[in-house]
Amino acid sequence: MMQELLLQNLPALLLAVPMLGAFVTPLIGRASGGARNLWAVAVMLATLAVAVLLTAQVLSSGTVVYTFGAAAPDLTVPADSGGIPIRIIFAVDAMGAFMALAASLVGLGVMLYSLASATRSTGQNGYYALLLLLVVGILGMVCTGDMFNFFVFLEINSLAGAALVASRVDKGVAVEAGLKYAVLSTLGGLLVLFAIALLYGQYGALNIAVIASRMLFTPLDQIALVMLLVALAMKAGAVPMHFWTPDAYSMAPSSITALLVVASQASLYGVFRVVFTLYGLTLDYATIGWIIIILGVLSMFVGVTMAIPQKDVKRLMAYHAVSQTGYMLLGVGVGLAVLGNQQLLDTYGVIAMEGGIFHIINHAMYKGLLFLTAGAIFYRTGTRNLNQLGGLGHSMKWTMVFFIIGALAIAGIPPFNGFASKLMIYESVFLFNPLLAIIAMVVSILTLASFVKVFHSIFMGPRLPEYADVREVPAPMIIGMALLSLLVILFGVFPQEVVDLLITPAAGALIDQGGYIASVLGGA
Amino acid sequence: MLDAYTLQTGTGFWDPVVWIVVFLVAFLIALAIWLLGEKEYPRDTQAVKPFLSGNVEPEKADVHMRAGNLYWGFTEAMKGYYSRLVPLHTGVLNDYVLWFLGVMALVFVIVGVAA
Amino acid sequence: MFFNLPFIVAALLVILGITTMLIKRNLIKMIMGLALVEAGVNLLLVSIGYRAGGIAPIFTSAPDGVMVMPTVQAMTLTNIVIGIATTALLLSFVMVIYRMYGTANAEKVRKLRG
Repeated sequence: MMQELLLQNLPALLLAVPMLGAFVTPLIGRASGGARNLWAVAVMLATLAVAVLLTAQVLSSGTVVYTFGAAAPDLTVPADSGGIPIRIIFAVDAMGAFMALAASLVGLGVMLYSLASATRSTGQNGYYALLLLLVVGILGMVCTGDMFNFFVFLEINSLAGAALVASRVDKGVAVEAGLKYAVLSTLGGLLVLFAIALLYGQYGALNIAVIASRMLFTPLDQIALVMLLVALAMKAGAVPMHFWTPDAYSMAPSSITALLVVASQASLYGVFRVVFTLYGLTLDYATIGWIIIILGVLSMFVGVTMAIPQKDVKRLMAYHAVSQTGYMLLGVGVGLAVLGNQQLLDTYGVIAMEGGIFHIINHAMYKGLLFLTAGAIFYRTGTRNLNQLGGLGHSMKWTMVFFIIGALAIAGIPPFNGFASKLMIYESVFLFNPLLAIIAMVVSILTLASFVKVFHSIFMGPRLPEYADVREVPAPMIIGMALLSLLVILFGVFPQEVVDLLITPAAGALIDQGGYIASVLGGA
Repeated sequence: MLDAYTLQTGTGFWDPVVWIVVFLVAFLIALAIWLLGEKEYPRDTQAVKPFLSGNVEPEKADVHMRAGNLYWGFTEAMKGYYSRLVPLHTGVLNDYVLWFLGVMALVFVIVGVAA
Repeated sequence: MFFNLPFIVAALLVILGITTMLIKRNLIKMIMGLALVEAGVNLLLVSIGYRAGGIAPIFTSAPDGVMVMPTVQAMTLTNIVIGIATTALLLSFVMVIYRMYGTANAEKVRKLRG
């Protein structure tokens, strides 16, 4: 009975658990810091458990639909509403479940790492509460089936993220980064809402499935599409709208940066959801596909070239995050560009999309890991300036090993996970347009070059006198990094397992617009 | 047997397990060659010191190559590119907003023309 | 003609707000521009929900007539609340920046660049 109730309400629990956890955290924190940390980790573990259960449910029995406030979760359309689902509906398909799983995995790693890394700063009650709220925002964005609900979670995501970026004032510089992030995401959020209003004005509905089933692609729909596409691409950090990314990523506490990467990818998910599910075949897929591809190529190239001359290790990694986002845009953009042509889609379109989606989870793992290692170095040395660092390989051996794993993964060196997804992207994109695949490979080489520089200047060289008393970081930070490294290696050694289990259903769910609509509206 | 672990990429495939086995074999061969080397040599004589044409060896901290000196040649060769790209990242919030809205306007035009 | 007036005003408000964000260098004024955009979006939402001759969806002793679907009104309220939270957060950021940098000019608040 209890178990059945639990299994029926998984989509609601996925949000309710971290949200309740977030608001209770400061209360427990007033009593005892240790109890609060324990509570936060327990909440994150519970969230991960719910995400795993939900993913298993989605993979075994198809899209899970959850109607809030209805007598039963699957009563999406009330009998007297004239065919419009009035209530807020969560529709978790394989893509959403995949994102939720990735977000809660990184969330757990970040939470464990925070146990040690946050101990020296004040305001930890707010820190843990906002961290959990950021997780709520991400999970809500990827689970919801309702446009307005999507906007609300986008705002939760932005606000919690901006507050966390600014949380270590750092002589005002972190606040500057937080302000830039918050202003841009708020403006983007308002334009998303503007687009939602345009859609509501035409179709009288907010549910994604309903709008998708009625989509006519009028001029107003085109305006709404551009607003949604560009605003969400900006939130995902696509060049040339990436300027906030290095600012925010470099000034946030490292643990938060790892989660901000996932927050950006939730916006990327928003882009994919809008173009594939909301508009689908009605839109001019070749044009939109090429726009996404060009954004992706620009992101890859500008991101990596801007990273090479950077002096601040986290700013450098932030530019790499921009660059890696380009791969995802490229892969999925190629899939979109051939969406209407079933033959090309079968030949390389689906593989390109799978590569792009696989890269999302891989990137979340290795980039999260890299930011955590950067945080570990900052934790012990107090500087992020590459010109001042050196010789830490003598004293921080574990951090060095994790850094090597992350750096090789991001550069696409076998047998780590970055190679698997990049290989899928290279081979499929080469069939689409060889030039794009060549650019992607050159960017990978530059990425490796840039990380060789970081590795050399942080870990190599003789032990420097100013870091003579530097020791390895505390155990919780190592455990957090080890968790992510383990996933990086596992995903790299058994890529086909992951692709079969998670990625192929996710790509299939994005392409299958009719299936999404049918699962919400009941085969209508 | 290894088929389950082989990544199918549509036109090609990639087998990490075989790769790791090959890597391990290569490592073992390298290790074997290394073990064949001379083990007994005098450790606290001039033999272990770097030979710098008879010059005195500088302090360790002085020979460490700092990050700012790496890839100097790369950035110098790409100067024309970097001197245009880096100043675009002005750090002024108004410019950030302008880029965002400018891209949006551009995409409006592209989608409008295509439709 | 008059039916379209709210939409025109909403679009004007959004454009005014965006222009403010682009040409004003003072961070506080940029946030005021952001608030204008938000007001424009709210006005658009409310105008979409307007139905000529409709009555409020309150069932207790309701007069005869067509009831208005209150979705957009609920959305507007939500957005107002979100807007308050955002504006408060942004203004407090500017406060800290002014205290630390001694200026709220966007051209001088640029320690992060390149």
